[in-house]
Amino acid sequence: MILKLSKRNFLIVCFTFLFSCISFANDDSAVEEKPAFNINETIFGHIGDNHDWHMWDYNGHAVGFPLPVILVNTNPFSIDVFMSSEFEHGHKTVTKGDHTYKMVAKEMGGQDIFYVENGEVTDKGPLDFSITKNVFTLFLVAIIMLVMFIGCARAYKRRPGQAPKGFQAWLEPVILFIKEDVIEPNLGRHADKYTPYLLTVFFFIWISNMMGLIPFFPGSANLTGNIAVTFVLAVFTLLITNFSGNKEYWKDIFCMPGLPWPLIPIMAVVEVIGIFTKPFALMIRLFANITAGHIIVLSLTSLIFIFGTLAIAPVSVFFVMFMDVLELFVAALQAYIFTMLSALFIGLAMPEGHEA
Amino acid sequence: MDLVTPGIGLVFWTTVTFLLVVFLLIKFAWKPVLGMINERNKSIEDALQLAEKTKAEMAQLQADNERIIAEARKERDNLLKEAREMKDQMIAQAKAEASAEANKIMAAAKVSIENEKNQAMQDLKSQVATLSFEIAEKVIGKELENKKVSDEIIAESIKNLKFN
Repeated sequence: MILKLSKRNFLIVCFTFLFSCISFANDDSAVEEKPAFNINETIFGHIGDNHDWHMWDYNGHAVGFPLPVILVNTNPFSIDVFMSSEFEHGHKTVTKGDHTYKMVAKEMGGQDIFYVENGEVTDKGPLDFSITKNVFTLFLVAIIMLVMFIGCARAYKRRPGQAPKGFQAWLEPVILFIKEDVIEPNLGRHADKYTPYLLTVFFFIWISNMMGLIPFFPGSANLTGNIAVTFVLAVFTLLITNFSGNKEYWKDIFCMPGLPWPLIPIMAVVEVIGIFTKPFALMIRLFANITAGHIIVLSLTSLIFIFGTLAIAPVSVFFVMFMDVLELFVAALQAYIFTMLSALFIGLAMPEGHEA
Repeated sequence: MDLVTPGIGLVFWTTVTFLLVVFLLIKFAWKPVLGMINERNKSIEDALQLAEKTKAEMAQLQADNERIIAEARKERDNLLKEAREMKDQMIAQAKAEASAEANKIMAAAKVSIENEKNQAMQDLKSQVATLSFEIAEKVIGKELENKKVSDEIIAESIKNLKFN
């Protein structure tokens, strides 16, 4: 009954949308000669990083807030900090001390900051440590995680030995699932040492993915779809894997037992490459999955602007809704896969061999 | 190519932030949370084990109780039996003693009756003799001269006198 009703309501909403859209479209047709819609710019503008947080346009003006720009000059060493609003969206150059900077929009979204010398924009720039949109979101995710889990820990301390309650009761099965079904099967008796790192990775990726799915202010940044973030996470897994590798692991790499001796150098090369391909795959997998999801959602939304009519909106909304639900699943799935593979790689570095 | 080139700024901030989050969470979240979960699991396990042990103890206790009750019942039966036996014995003994006493008294009575009888007979004999002598004296009318002889005759007669 409820299902039927909601289905009918949904149809009504869709039709209302459709008709209002058509009337809007008619109104819009009066206003001609808008700049052509550049789908590449739109999509990659959203996928890439930004030096300010653009929320919407109003009367041709961008509404949002600027973010701090931190530029590090290497020769001689100096740091310049100012708000990105000083660039006025790249229209103005900014002079601090000896250096003049100009912000140039990149072809595939985001901006580069270059030095300006003698009125000419050079192709060299300072090291950009700005608090960009992604860095801002990163801090937000960090704060959310700290609040979530320290709060959770406090709940445990407040009610020692009792059944979990409220938010704690929601988190505990997730924590236990990761601990008992992902980490422990792969790491066995070493599990306790790596559990904190892997739990942090899982929740960091999951929360970041979900933040990316929120289409407006606190979310919308493509954090885990940025190769820099996945690169750092993959490097952590690489370092932990190889620092916890035991004698047997290194023996398997450089001198595989039971291998005919002419093959040993060849296999050693393959194995050494393997050390790096495993985390490399982790990096690319997470980056590609999240970025692809964002591109699909943005493309479907862009359909409205490509067709130039709101009549297509219900179709877009329907497909975007479908994609969002799928992405919600992918958000958890990718976090799970990253954590599971990290646990697996670390576990493989500690083979319980013949003498162990 | 921009898309797949990690920017140094984001790499730096991600490293710093992620490490900070990992260390803060290890110190303030994972250690207490995992510790508490382990502790709770352990306490639940202990409680279950204790329950199992208590159950076994209860069963043992119940068995003991039943055994004790059975023993007590047996003991009671024994006591009752003994008491009954003792009672019977006492009655029998009392009966035997009483009859023995009665027999003794009867025997004593018999002896004393016999003695009395004999005494009485003796008395009677001497009385009869005296009477007879006096009667004889009177009959004869004169006192026999020889008193000594007469006394002997009397004694002789008494001696020979028998009743029944």
